[in-house]
Amino acid sequence: MIPAGWTIALSAIVFCIGVAGVLVRRNALVIFMSIELMLNAANLAFVGFGRQLGSLDGQIFVFFVMTVAAAEVAVGLAIIVNVFRLRETVFVDEINLLKG
Amino acid sequence: MVPYLFLGFGGLLVATALMVILHRNPVTSALFLVLSLCSLAGIYLLLQAEFIGMVQIIVYAGAIMVLFLFVIMYLNLQHDVEHGAHIAWRRGIGWMVGALLLLFSALLFGRGWAVGPAAAVPPAAEGGNAAAIGRVLYSRFLFPFEVTSMLLLVAMVGAIVMTRGRRAPEEERA
Repeated sequence: MIPAGWTIALSAIVFCIGVAGVLVRRNALVIFMSIELMLNAANLAFVGFGRQLGSLDGQIFVFFVMTVAAAEVAVGLAIIVNVFRLRETVFVDEINLLKG
Repeated sequence: MVPYLFLGFGGLLVATALMVILHRNPVTSALFLVLSLCSLAGIYLLLQAEFIGMVQIIVYAGAIMVLFLFVIMYLNLQHDVEHGAHIAWRRGIGWMVGALLLLFSALLFGRGWAVGPAAAVPPAAEGGNAAAIGRVLYSRFLFPFEVTSMLLLVAMVGAIVMTRGRRAPEEERA
């Protein structure tokens, strides 16, 4: 039996890696992958807490989070492809049309 | 045995997640992300969430990452070249915020935010984890499940409309 604290700690570490990735990288695709990392960290916490409480609800929520993540990836990648068509770049520093 | 497997998968997860954000080539980052998602699926199996583990591999490591790799190769990206003092400065801030967040979560664990003693583990449901999830999903969570189908439809339509590109004016009139 795995202590639930380990699961939550692992989830926290992966979430922090995701946050650092969003802040450090400037390639929009890698930023997107870091967001996926954070979503997965949340999923891991859901499963860990669900197991701790002896309930299936956590796993149901992971199911819904995965659906939302799939929708988010489809729309987000479409936006990135459109930005690339307009600006020939996916580096977030160079996407500055809204900057005053 | 199980704790060692958990530590192994957890170490692999953290190492590959770090490689995702550290590697310069986006294709390599995506492949490392596939590996980290697979090790997360292993952790789900160890936590007796078999259905979620399988869905993780099929949906995340399969479908979503194929979409990612497809877009990366479609855009034909070069390496992530960065230079200049302001980049180094901003990058330092990013690492600092990440480290502070990690420190903060460690403090929270240390100050009694750690989870309490385990509840009695329920006996394995008849027909396994997938059947139990299906029973809950199609009864208590039926409405959210149906709303999810709407969400997927909207996302699909949105993605198609956005990537369709602009039509030529004469085509628009026809």
